[in-house]
Amino acid sequence: MKPDLDRSDLIRKRQQGRAIVMGLLLGALVLLIFAVTISKIRMGMH
Amino acid sequence: MTTAAPLLPPADWRDFLALTKPRVMTLVVFTGLCGMLAAPAHVDPVIGFTAILCIALGAGAAGALNQWYEADLDAVMRRTRNRPLPDGRMDRQAALHFGVGLSAFSVILMGLAVNLAAAAILLLSILFYVLVYTVWLKRRTPQNIVIGGAAGAFPPLIGWAAATGGVAWLPFLLFLLVFLWTPPHFWALALFVKTDYAAAGVPMLPVVAGERATRRAVGIYTAWMALVAIAPWPLGLAGWIYGAASVVLTALFAVLAGWVAARTQGADDAMKPEKRLFAYSILYLFLLFGALVADRWVLP
Repeated sequence: MKPDLDRSDLIRKRQQGRAIVMGLLLGALVLLIFAVTISKIRMGMH
Repeated sequence: MTTAAPLLPPADWRDFLALTKPRVMTLVVFTGLCGMLAAPAHVDPVIGFTAILCIALGAGAAGALNQWYEADLDAVMRRTRNRPLPDGRMDRQAALHFGVGLSAFSVILMGLAVNLAAAAILLLSILFYVLVYTVWLKRRTPQNIVIGGAAGAFPPLIGWAAATGGVAWLPFLLFLLVFLWTPPHFWALALFVKTDYAAAGVPMLPVVAGERATRRAVGIYTAWMALVAIAPWPLGLAGWIYGAASVVLTALFAVLAGWVAARTQGADDAMKPEKRLFAYSILYLFLLFGALVADRWVLP
């Protein structure tokens, strides 16, 4: 019983870690695309 | 009825990071950045940052696909056996999906945010590293590192293309410089980890042609590299800062390489000259590219 619990704890922990990292990366991507869009608009104005 | 393979728990995010070979990426990013900063064009900081990010992601993707394909080799080499795949911390399918996805993402982002020329060269560099070097050459010929070295030589070209939308003689010489720098750099390493490569069945030059031939090849490639390293100065493509730095740094490289080329391995040899050349070769590229940027930004 104990090893199964350890394994499911490990799986949960890794899933949680990956979800947090993925969330942060997606947030950074949104910001990057926003900044790129603003830069492109600004470059087009010059 | 089929027997299912035991399922691995999902890999940790740090293992995905390790798959991208972050240490190799440092040099790739630096040469790409220098290629961009040496270009005679103004680059918007956000677009420039995106271009460098794409180069880093592309290099990471190529590294991940390389580790996916070479998991069997990595498992028998001391230097690489603790990587996520040979160590059993990740399944191969996840590594493949990660590598392909990251490759596509880096090229598409480069194309949309920067320009198509930089995206095309980035795609070429990923395909070259994975298909030409990893799949085709590495296990077949002792010249693997010579031709495969071109893959690592693309970043200055990509950086320049990101800034200007095209290529010119200077980034082409930088490409050639990294291309010719790769054999002495890797053969210095191969000389002191020869037994590892032999155990894995990788036909590195010291394993196939022997130590003497490898040392001679280190000397020959260093001579060609020295010519290309100094060439931008007399050709008028770089100023005196780069010129002076290239002469001094290349002379030191030549001395260390000459030492490696001339000597013979003794019993219980600690291979210090080879280790010194390997370490210096990394510093050399950092300093030389740094001098090129200083030259462009400091001189009027």
